Amino acid sequence: MARDGALPRIGRPRAAPLPTVGFRYFLHRYARNRLALVGLWVVGLVILAAAFAPAVAPGDPTKPDFVNLLASPSRGHLFGTDDLGRDILSRIIFGARTSLAAGIISVGIAMAVGLPLGLMSGYFRGPLDNFLMRLTDALLSFPFLVLALAIAAVLGTGLTKAMIAIGIVFTPGFIRLSRAQVLSERERTYVEAARALGASDRRIIWRHILPNSLSPVLVQSSLAMAAAITAEATLSFLGLGTQPPTPSWGSMLNIAQAYLGKAPWMALWPGLAIFMTVLSLNLVGDGLREVLDPRLR
Amino acid sequence: MTRYIARRLLLTIPVLFLVSLIVFALINLIPGDPALLFVGGEAGKEAVEALRKQMGLDRPMAVRYLFWLGRVVRGDLGKSVRDGRPVLDVLLLKLPVTVELAVVALTVAWTIAIPAGVLAAWKRQTAVDYTATTVALAGISIPNFWLGIMLIYLFAVNLRWLPPSGYIEPWIDPARNLKLMIMPATVLGTALAALVMRLLRSSMLEVLGTEFIRTAQAKGLSDRIVIVKHALKNAMIPVATVMGLQLGGLLGGAVITETIFAVPGVGRLAIESILTRDYPMVQGVVLFSATAIVFVNFTVDVLYSALDPRIRLVEEKA
Repeated sequence: MARDGALPRIGRPRAAPLPTVGFRYFLHRYARNRLALVGLWVVGLVILAAAFAPAVAPGDPTKPDFVNLLASPSRGHLFGTDDLGRDILSRIIFGARTSLAAGIISVGIAMAVGLPLGLMSGYFRGPLDNFLMRLTDALLSFPFLVLALAIAAVLGTGLTKAMIAIGIVFTPGFIRLSRAQVLSERERTYVEAARALGASDRRIIWRHILPNSLSPVLVQSSLAMAAAITAEATLSFLGLGTQPPTPSWGSMLNIAQAYLGKAPWMALWPGLAIFMTVLSLNLVGDGLREVLDPRLR
Repeated sequence: MTRYIARRLLLTIPVLFLVSLIVFALINLIPGDPALLFVGGEAGKEAVEALRKQMGLDRPMAVRYLFWLGRVVRGDLGKSVRDGRPVLDVLLLKLPVTVELAVVALTVAWTIAIPAGVLAAWKRQTAVDYTATTVALAGISIPNFWLGIMLIYLFAVNLRWLPPSGYIEPWIDPARNLKLMIMPATVLGTALAALVMRLLRSSMLEVLGTEFIRTAQAKGLSDRIVIVKHALKNAMIPVATVMGLQLGGLLGGAVITETIFAVPGVGRLAIESILTRDYPMVQGVVLFSATAIVFVNFTVDVLYSALDPRIRLVEEKA
């Protein structure tokens, strides 16, 4: 049947009805927020640059070039070179690996410790809950950066130790969040039903409550990742994080301070890289919150 | 009210106890010998042994903690490993500088944030709102050390309008003090302004949707009176409660800001003692910051309950 052409077309063809649940609905709602979409694209680009750094970077990020010391941006070196003649663009691209690793691993540590503790605390209540709440109260009383610095100072310098320090500092936030989720979920009918069917506490927590509590955790983790990237850059800037010659945006800025008058590009690009990545992650976090938080619908 | 204050005060005791325990553990539970850490790897065996005895490391951990806590409660935070000065004296010497910086930063932040937050909520979903919220998100995302470096490059290196770094007491040279404070206070205040603006916007939106605002509008009051006298006053209550959070941000931010701009405050003291492994000083700064936040939170809670009796009633019933 040749329907097309046989009937006159009036106006635009009717679009398929929009889904109201599921992943497509999620995507549709997320895509409505243009800024969140831009954020997602930038984060995607940073991830790609980090993953394919050796193929994408124009040069070796650690190889000095004493002929091109402090060279201003040119066709040969788009972002210029640093005090050792190293190509800044290459260092920025490889530095993305450090920043992303710091974001993912520190938030991973905080989630791995914080989620189970928060779930148990909210589910079982009692003395464990009381103790954990007072402990998180105490941990949240420390200024975030001061505590991270103190832990990093005690553990020693290096990226791994910085990530552990940041992870420890973020843990109370995840304990509080997952506990709050469990408190509201544990009274729901589906939990009662699971309990009536004889499901064990472990099964109820992991198979029923956890999947239903993940939305705010997802939002929190994207925002925490942004904060972790800034924290790693800050620790590296202060000399307590990634150590030279490994490229890291924070340590690049640390060196750049001394050459601000002669080579301002040394400070411009790494800072811009941190700013854009963190801003994009915050945009993604805000976009996710808009989609996943029913109160904002 | 007295019952509520007493209850809140009692609740701070376990928190302060745990804060002290964390600070103590920070130095004492790390692998290796704390005495060796205190004096550094180059010190001889005898020096380390003498320090071990002086620090009471030959005693059980719990006993050591109690002795340390007893001294801390009496105001003895130990002595600096670098120059032997009492930690508390050094902290009190540096504190006014950080307080001045924080006050100027808070002034900068609130001066920008309050009009921006009110305007964004009043002109919801217009270009004004979108611009304000996007700028606020950028303010939260910008790394303060980069902002500091860029400001130095622009205003000190290029334009030569402001001195790049340093500090002078306001009573010695008030004009120069102000010039030296502008950049660090802006850096410290930016993220805070963004945070307050976002909070105020959402709080204003909530208040603007309530019945009493509609009543005020129906009475024929001008927009200005409705916003300033009715909406803002109520919207500020939740914003004021995050003072503890703001203080944490200010103290953390002061570490970076004071380091970049060579301001001799508590923040710079923190980073200097960390880099020189002056652990008693690190312990002192961390303990001091956390205790300050606990007390600010307590004060804000009490003030909050005085401003909004519903909070007190709910807590008292619980």
